[in-house]
Amino acid sequence: MVDARVIPIKAKTGDDKARAKKKAAAKRPATKRIPASSARGSGGSAATAAAEQVDPEEEVAPERAPLPGAEPAPIPWDRKVADFIAFLRRRVTGDYEVDEFGYDRELTDRILSAPFRPLYSRWFRIETHGLENIPDVGGALVVANHSGTIPIDGLMTSLALLDHHPARRQLRMLGANLVFQTPIVGEFARKSGTTLACAPDAERLLNKGELVGVFPEGFKGIGKPFSERYKLQRFGRGGFVAAALKTKTPIIPCAIIGAEEIYPVIGNAKILARILGMPYFPITPMFPLLGPLGLVPLPSKWIIEFGEPIYTDDFPEGAAEDPMLVFNLTDQVRETIQQTLYKLLVRRRSVFL
Amino acid sequence: MPKVVLVTGVSRYLGGRMARILTEDPTIERVVGVDVVPPRLDIGGAEFVRADIRNPIIAKVINAAEVDTVVHMGVIATPMQAGGRMSMKEINVIGTMQLLAACQKAPSVRKLVVKSSTSVYGAGPKDPAMFTEDMEPKHTPTSGWSKDSVEVEGYVRGFARRRPDVAVTTLRFANFLGPRVDTPMSSYFELPVVPMLLGHDARLQFIHEDDGLEAMRQATLDSHPGTYNVAGDKILLLSQAARRAGRPTVMVPAPLAGGVGALVRRLGLADFSPEQVRFLTYGRGVDTTRMRTVFGFTPQHTTPETFDAFVKAHKLNRIMPPERLEAVEDQLVSLLTGRGVTSG
Repeated sequence: MVDARVIPIKAKTGDDKARAKKKAAAKRPATKRIPASSARGSGGSAATAAAEQVDPEEEVAPERAPLPGAEPAPIPWDRKVADFIAFLRRRVTGDYEVDEFGYDRELTDRILSAPFRPLYSRWFRIETHGLENIPDVGGALVVANHSGTIPIDGLMTSLALLDHHPARRQLRMLGANLVFQTPIVGEFARKSGTTLACAPDAERLLNKGELVGVFPEGFKGIGKPFSERYKLQRFGRGGFVAAALKTKTPIIPCAIIGAEEIYPVIGNAKILARILGMPYFPITPMFPLLGPLGLVPLPSKWIIEFGEPIYTDDFPEGAAEDPMLVFNLTDQVRETIQQTLYKLLVRRRSVFL
Repeated sequence: MPKVVLVTGVSRYLGGRMARILTEDPTIERVVGVDVVPPRLDIGGAEFVRADIRNPIIAKVINAAEVDTVVHMGVIATPMQAGGRMSMKEINVIGTMQLLAACQKAPSVRKLVVKSSTSVYGAGPKDPAMFTEDMEPKHTPTSGWSKDSVEVEGYVRGFARRRPDVAVTTLRFANFLGPRVDTPMSSYFELPVVPMLLGHDARLQFIHEDDGLEAMRQATLDSHPGTYNVAGDKILLLSQAARRAGRPTVMVPAPLAGGVGALVRRLGLADFSPEQVRFLTYGRGVDTTRMRTVFGFTPQHTTPETFDAFVKAHKLNRIMPPERLEAVEDQLVSLLTGRGVTSG
């Protein structure tokens, strides 16, 4: 069986300096093989099909693994049907694997992500920058700003990495305990790879070489009023920095713009929130005034930029126990994201275009 | 090496089998089994002493036989087996207190092995994905078997402090399951329709009965002081397990869970205590690194394998066995494509 050979896109020159300093070569091999088994069903067979058309002697490699957005090589329809029937049979008989966090890769890939893909490409028309800053293998911690009333930004960042990163990386999000307390939400959060935002889980994931995503602002960020858009809130207690230091994994700052405008919060019904046991009850110009129609997010234009990694493996042993260092690093990450946000806002032509 | 071993709780399945396994070991001279009722199963060459560990008679048994190793398996998980929650708590907590009091006074005792449970970690939304032995529970169990287990472990720690010369091993087992053992989880999956909490899908871990007993045997024969989580590899989700058992599920909204649980319990179908409902809501995972590296034990069966062994032995999946579905799939595919396509 021939696998698709993937050569990462040539990095920017500015990036090269930083990379030479940090033995990134080990982290990012020049040629990276994507095993067909680890690639998604359709993507995997598409990759195989594409590779079969290429003369095996020639070292012509596609720039990236075929992505669902890009034109896929045609898969024979009978193969598709057979795959789908096999998938159904596995689901009905419970013959599938779930990792220790409850992440169900097959379900996430085939079913749970599906309704969000059109939202990603058609509704928010998401543009990504700096995907090359995410390593192909190994643990890394993506730290992003949080906004948008409901955590759609997390879903979209996951999709950006799953569908558009050459190594199709699954972002494992960290969520508040309220998420896991809530029926249905908690169940699907676990199945799609989210786990509780606590030090043991974060370190466990990073040690296993997973790509972990965290929104340190938490509810303060996501539920802030529209007037405070793009102003970063306090970054928790820096627990994410401590986790990265302990596991010696890089921190990748990530700035998301566009999510602030999907539900412009103009008020917070505190009493109602308390009755419902929610951290806030958002009031937007459309919700609850227009009822369910008010739940449709505004089609803002999104840009997600992954910044240069902040490496933590040079820090001495026990650096995680140095609160001053942790605070400084937290500030550095926060500043980087804030500056990137301003930069992207200046560059964005308008909120909706 | 142990010469005289006392096993508590021998009249129940796991205790009885443990006693029999120990009598088969040539280095052990005597195995004394204790319980309140005579054993129904064959306990091999073990001597049975009908004694209630809740009263001081147990001290006389230990002294008379010069017991050097005590294997405590007398903690009961289901009120149904004990004849009500009150008497279950008596047997678990007061029984352990009396047993440990007797051990403390007996100079011959050199080793104590306790069968505990991962239920000491409780279950709830603030739990980390995997508990290690050093973690404190985030939701301290407040009722039922979990609470008993927490208290039993508390007394065991107290005993270890007062008798530092005794090697104490506490094994925290995930839910036992297998071809024969009867546990709350086995009766749960034997229900004609498996009730699940609406919007929750618990993560489950199982330990095969043979693996669990092997771990107990190694802890008894060798010296492994400390506390260890013991569970099979991998995780099954509750819904996934129900599918593997070919059991239809019914979704129960959380506010009704208590009522449904009480009804199932009243009918005597399965044990549905509030703590069991909590466990079936949030599930639990335990880290078994210490079991592998420090204790040096590797279970032969993973969690899914254990569950499948249970399903097979109880013939649960009769309506839609996976083999039949696979055959249907092959037929369907060849019908659609006009030729035999090997899937996967």
